[in-house]
Amino acid sequence: MEDPPREGPVPDAPGLELIANALREHVGADVVVETSYYREQACVEVTPSALLAVLKFLKEDQTQGYGFLASVHGVDYLPEAPRLGVHYELLNMRRVERIRVKVRLEIDDPHVASAVELFPTADFQEREIYDFFGVIFDGHPDLRRILMPEDYEGFPQRRDFALGGEPVMFTHNEPEGPGWYE
Amino acid sequence: MTDRSTPTPEEIAEGTSPPDPLGVSYREREESITLSPLGQQIAEQREANRAERGNVSQADTALAPETELLTMNIGPHHPATHGVLRLLTTLEGEVVKETKPLIGYVHTGIEKNCEDKSYWKVIPLIERMDYVSYYFNALAYCMAVEKLLDEEVPERAQYLRVIHLELCRIHSHMVWLGTSALDLGAISMFWYCFRERDNVLDLFEMSSGQRMHTRFFQIGGVFEDIPTGFADKLRDFVQQMPGRIDQFADLLDSNEIFLQRMKGIGAVSEERLLELGVTGPLLRATGNPWDLRKAAPYSSYDDFDFKVPVGTVGDNYDRYKVRLMELYESCKIIEQALDGLPEGPWITDNRKVALPPRHELATSMEALIHHFKLVTEGIRVPAGEVYLPIESPRGELGCFVRSDGSSKPARLHMREPSFVNLQALSDMAKDTYLADLIATLAMLDPILGGIDR
Amino acid sequence: MTPDSANGSDNPGGALPNPFYTDQPGSPEEFRARQLRAREMLKGDIESDDFEKYVEEAVMLTTLDKALNWARSQTVFPMTFGLACCAIEMMSIVSARYDVARFGSEAFRASPRQADLLILSGRVSIKMAPVIRRIYDQMLEPKWVIAMGACSSSGGVFSNYAIVQGADKFLPIDVHVPGCPPRPEALIYGLIKLQRKIKGNPDLGWRERYDAFGTEEYPYGTANAPHDVDLDQLIAERRLQKGNGRPAAGGSSA
Ligand code: SF4
Repeated sequence: MEDPPREGPVPDAPGLELIANALREHVGADVVVETSYYREQACVEVTPSALLAVLKFLKEDQTQGYGFLASVHGVDYLPEAPRLGVHYELLNMRRVERIRVKVRLEIDDPHVASAVELFPTADFQEREIYDFFGVIFDGHPDLRRILMPEDYEGFPQRRDFALGGEPVMFTHNEPEGPGWYE
Repeated sequence: MTDRSTPTPEEIAEGTSPPDPLGVSYREREESITLSPLGQQIAEQREANRAERGNVSQADTALAPETELLTMNIGPHHPATHGVLRLLTTLEGEVVKETKPLIGYVHTGIEKNCEDKSYWKVIPLIERMDYVSYYFNALAYCMAVEKLLDEEVPERAQYLRVIHLELCRIHSHMVWLGTSALDLGAISMFWYCFRERDNVLDLFEMSSGQRMHTRFFQIGGVFEDIPTGFADKLRDFVQQMPGRIDQFADLLDSNEIFLQRMKGIGAVSEERLLELGVTGPLLRATGNPWDLRKAAPYSSYDDFDFKVPVGTVGDNYDRYKVRLMELYESCKIIEQALDGLPEGPWITDNRKVALPPRHELATSMEALIHHFKLVTEGIRVPAGEVYLPIESPRGELGCFVRSDGSSKPARLHMREPSFVNLQALSDMAKDTYLADLIATLAMLDPILGGIDR
Repeated sequence: MTPDSANGSDNPGGALPNPFYTDQPGSPEEFRARQLRAREMLKGDIESDDFEKYVEEAVMLTTLDKALNWARSQTVFPMTFGLACCAIEMMSIVSARYDVARFGSEAFRASPRQADLLILSGRVSIKMAPVIRRIYDQMLEPKWVIAMGACSSSGGVFSNYAIVQGADKFLPIDVHVPGCPPRPEALIYGLIKLQRKIKGNPDLGWRERYDAFGTEEYPYGTANAPHDVDLDQLIAERRLQKGNGRPAAGGSSA
């Protein structure tokens, strides 16, 4: 199947709407929560329960063919309502098109289906998101901490987790110091 | 602030702390690292034996030697792991059956730290992620922020960026070649490669004043124009470099031991690599010419004429050869960029983004105000999210930046190619000898600073 | 000249040593005479075996120590142990341009049992810190540590949840090399400083310097303990002697 070469960043805004419509048609009428086209990048937000079906459709449908999962990242939108977000950067290598699929999760019960079956590359990246944000990927074969020590408590990259570290001692805060230099 | 996941001391004491979200204790999880299906089979057989006889006997533990598996720990301190990588390998005799990388030993929390810095103070931190290709990290981040700002970068800055990127690619490949050859016992390669590396670092030092972590790339351009004499020195370097690469190739390609440990080892099919998200030279070694410099050109890479080297079978030898060929192409790109280096500004003149030149501060009130605003507060970036991928020496290096409209990024995430590529190690090392695992790991070229961030 | 009289500086005027002239400074005979004189002076204070031992230590062993420390300082074997960015610069001190072989430290050892210098080249994360401590404990005495770079010295730019803010929180460090990363020359300079330290203060071991008794792998008071002391009391006494009692935790005196 030959695809005509396209000009400019793809998919463009109408292209994104076409994809959203295809998702509504093939996956479910209410899976698409929102589409956004910002700085020439397409992003479609879907409901968490439909995530796997959406990814599967985008990967396997002939007209879509987003067969490469470039990256998965977790985001903490602190003041906003569904606090956590998981982004999947999909890539169609033949047409060089990128689309971002995102889901938003409640902080109290951050469950989403794991995409490891579909994209084995998600293995480490989902573990990383579990490690840093506490998102639980149901069906992940080996969900455990990956970068932090296994017995670490808390999810350090949530925005309400303190940065940690130690203040640097300058002249102005010298009196509060531990006093070992005397 | 109530973080559900941090139990209070009382809760711990009573044992009523909210359980781990997975409902498994740490100890159980540590013990539950499953290594290989073969090991499981043996364990199951053992269980069955036990159930049959009702007690534990000698026969349970003394299995036939050919089915006995040995779990061996390599690292986190091991001279051949290129950093603090820990590998749990399952061996059957001398043959590797399964490899599990355990990582995180240099986890630095850079992504979190960046959320606490204003946009341009993030650059030095970002450079320290993948510490042999620091220019690439800085570029991915700067381009992502430029995209959020919708900022144009002057032509000269783009060319200067390309020159430094390709120099950095040479630097990265030199470190890779030197240390990999050292792992394989070819010690003289180390000295030759580090000699070239030092030549590259001299150039970096000339243009920016630092050997590593130069912070040369700025949001909107580059920090400084190149000094006089840089171009001549660079030209000398790129003219002598191809000869040096020939020497490296001669040294290694006529070394029978090296070839024995490279050829036909660790081949993984292209489909499997794509499934695992592997990009960069590892993917190109299988014959897939996926290179973002060609596929989605950025920073005026489409002005240059260069080829993308690809391999055929995707074994260790192809990986080595592809990287070696990339060095020639990098030299070619640098030469072209040097020839075509346009005149003009090297950083954008948008005073909301870049500092005004020093001399303006003495004459213009406006410049002083901009300078003050930038230095005290930083750049304000419109709210939004972007993901920007570039081609680093190891594959697709992506930078995700989320801005909430303030002068600090709200979330920053790097898609590190080493982190993703490491998942392929298990497939690559399967059914090879333990000694080949070292060779495969060397050809995978993981940088632990990039993996752990 | 006999080996015992090796310190030629005691030989004023460069006069030729005469083996038959026992008053010749630095000659073995003169040494013996001094020992005997010391014995006379100390009689009554210490007795018998202890006394012999004291005399031997005080008079004979200092020169031997000097020779030993000189030899030690010129053959420091670092360990092949890279943590992060600084490790790349640490590797390059072996390369031809910097050539640390000039200072006798080019033999990097992969095993902690064979090395006597640990170069902490990079950032120390909370996950890595126990491992480093284990490696350090496996090294044989005498051993030294260089903290290379801002990160292992103080945490550097990474003041956050994952990085130990300075490796001297869990290891005694002899030399801090500043820089991010330090140039190879800077690391070599740190190495030379370390050599001076080894040469100049032979008996100033780190345990003395840091009051660091009981930091071995096994706790004091267990069966493996080398000698039977009340650790807390010992440390308190030493502090009292030195007169550098520290303020109680949390309190700071003006
Ligand atoms: S001091 Fe700088 S160069 Fe060294 S490990 Fe730390 S960040 Fe890297």
